[in-house]
Amino acid sequence: MKTRIYVPRDAAARSVGADATAQAILAEGRRRGIDVEVIRNGSRGLLWLEPLVEVVTPAGRVAYGPVQPADVPGLFNQGFISGASHALAHGPTEEIPYLKSQERLTFARVGVTDPRSLEDYLGHGGYRGLKAALDMEPAAIVAAVTTSGLRGRGGAAFPAGIKWKTVLGVDSPQKYIVCNADEGDSGTFSDRMVMEGDPFLLIEGMTIAGIATGATSGYIYLRWEYPDAKAALNAAIATAYEKHYLGENILGTGKRFDLEVRSGAGAYICGEETSLLESLESKRGQVRFKPPLPAIQGLFGKPTVINNVITLASVPIILDKGAEYYQHFGMGRSRGTLPIQLAGNIKHGGLIEKAFGITLRELLYDYGGGSLTGRPIRAVQVGGPLGAYLPESQFDTCLDYEAFTAIKGMLGHGGIVVFDDTVDMAAQARYAMEFCAVESCGKCTPCRIGSTRGMEVIDRLIAGNNPAKQEKLLRDLCDTLTYGSLCALGGLTPYPVLSALNHFPEDFVTSVRARVPA
Amino acid sequence: MTNAKIVNTNALGQVVSRVQIDAVLGICGELKAIPAPLIPVLHAVQEKVGFVPREAVPLIARELNLSIAEVHGVVSFYHYFRQDPGGRHIVHLCRAEACQAVGAAEVEAHAKRTLGVDFHGTTRDGAIRLEPVYCLGNCALGPSIMIDHELHGRVSAQRFDELMQDTRTPAAGGKP
Repeated sequence: MKTRIYVPRDAAARSVGADATAQAILAEGRRRGIDVEVIRNGSRGLLWLEPLVEVVTPAGRVAYGPVQPADVPGLFNQGFISGASHALAHGPTEEIPYLKSQERLTFARVGVTDPRSLEDYLGHGGYRGLKAALDMEPAAIVAAVTTSGLRGRGGAAFPAGIKWKTVLGVDSPQKYIVCNADEGDSGTFSDRMVMEGDPFLLIEGMTIAGIATGATSGYIYLRWEYPDAKAALNAAIATAYEKHYLGENILGTGKRFDLEVRSGAGAYICGEETSLLESLESKRGQVRFKPPLPAIQGLFGKPTVINNVITLASVPIILDKGAEYYQHFGMGRSRGTLPIQLAGNIKHGGLIEKAFGITLRELLYDYGGGSLTGRPIRAVQVGGPLGAYLPESQFDTCLDYEAFTAIKGMLGHGGIVVFDDTVDMAAQARYAMEFCAVESCGKCTPCRIGSTRGMEVIDRLIAGNNPAKQEKLLRDLCDTLTYGSLCALGGLTPYPVLSALNHFPEDFVTSVRARVPA
Repeated sequence: MTNAKIVNTNALGQVVSRVQIDAVLGICGELKAIPAPLIPVLHAVQEKVGFVPREAVPLIARELNLSIAEVHGVVSFYHYFRQDPGGRHIVHLCRAEACQAVGAAEVEAHAKRTLGVDFHGTTRDGAIRLEPVYCLGNCALGPSIMIDHELHGRVSAQRFDELMQDTRTPAAGGKP
């Protein structure tokens, strides 16, 4: 009897040796005359256990990890192909508390299925959302997305339904759906995991968006740093065309939707929607003035829906199970679930999809298990490089867009980067300005020049060169950036800078900087 | 490369061969009908030639009916496009916060010291070019680096040395 074994093909799993592990399992099976089939799935998101190997047993899938090639003979010896116990065994995968306690709506299939297999996708509820949408009027699809409460998961949290409604309402012979897959925020990888682990889901979401708004052409703008995601998407797109889920006659309905992946070229600013559109037009990725909104004049001047990967990937379940089902999750005005990414100095880093409302503390300690180094967690940065650094006193904040705004932070794309007590917060503040200087598109003065001046002021401040004056100057400069920048890069860089200064002032004082390890 | 194939040596002393020029023209011919072809063309040129030669800029401009300034503007805007040759392998080292939190700065210092180069520099043997990158999406398993298009996680200084050794060893799939 053939034993089926899952070894992820996710880039994170491969970065710690999943390919070698898969090879070793096949070789060891052959050596012992055991018929083994290795399936390369997405990652379950329990990243500290990667490569996480799952063996299919009559009682379900059983997890072992992290499995290196050297562990493989021992696992066979102990009888892991029948799910036997072992030092690396974690029991039935679905029963692992980290996974079991999640609410996986968008990530329901990621890590479960073979991302290259359309049959697997269909067998696990795939394309039910599209089939429902094909029986609906465009306005009814848009209304479902609006009712679900889905807000843009890229960071700006703008209601997706309103964007779609605007595009639907514009009369134009050509409209576009653009997926923002320029996931540049440090501490985030949920877009990557969906694209690698369940690419048909994104294709389905974009197709529904096309049918809902009358757009017949779509682009996925993917950062070059994600070559595995590119391969996964291109393979899935080819299959979808072949099986008439894309193209000129989708499932025989006469509806058309074409889809293509375009690669970015290393520019953080291209995650900003108007720079992204410029870049898709093969121009310098410089921010556009708004208005006109992309929904009215977007790609090539045509009405364009531009949404993040997770936003679009959340649409199929809304159409499949209904807006009320999705809307039922969450708190306040933050409806549904958020794929949270726990990263940096954390023991159990990974992907946690939960309804809005969980606290940072629960994530950091109940899921994360504290810092990787075992030292106290001193600061976390939520929402990417433009997000605020939060001290321990704010760890009881709920993950909710409005709750984060209230503490002068932002939830962004749901990335949480953890730092232990060896972090130098003045260096982090300086880095925020440096990053802004490196990645500024140069169109507006506060961001282009203010970021460099910001580095210089922070250097003088931490050198103790008339610190009171420098601090005043830094705060004044941050005001200019906040109120005078054209987009969020310049506008939000003050978040990490000022939060570091306000919550960790001691790190900026020369006389106490001896505390900070070099 | 023989002297007969050399058609131009530019101000930077780059040798641009007929083969490279033909490659650029071929790529332009193949892609110029798609909407907004410039960035796809630049990706294809860099993939094939290893960088975007300065000589290629006026050629691409002519073929795509753009101004030289437009093409130069795009090439120079994006961090990923390289205009100088060097480095049979490109090592992108992540400098972003999640990797910083687990010691990326130490790996960066170690890499620069052991390779004897700063960012954008190429080792004397021409094997490795070091580039910074801001996030590889492997934030729970940092510090991360990408060697050509292969991602590596949990890269300590020692692991970095092993990876550089493997990269330089042809037996391990590397080009010396």
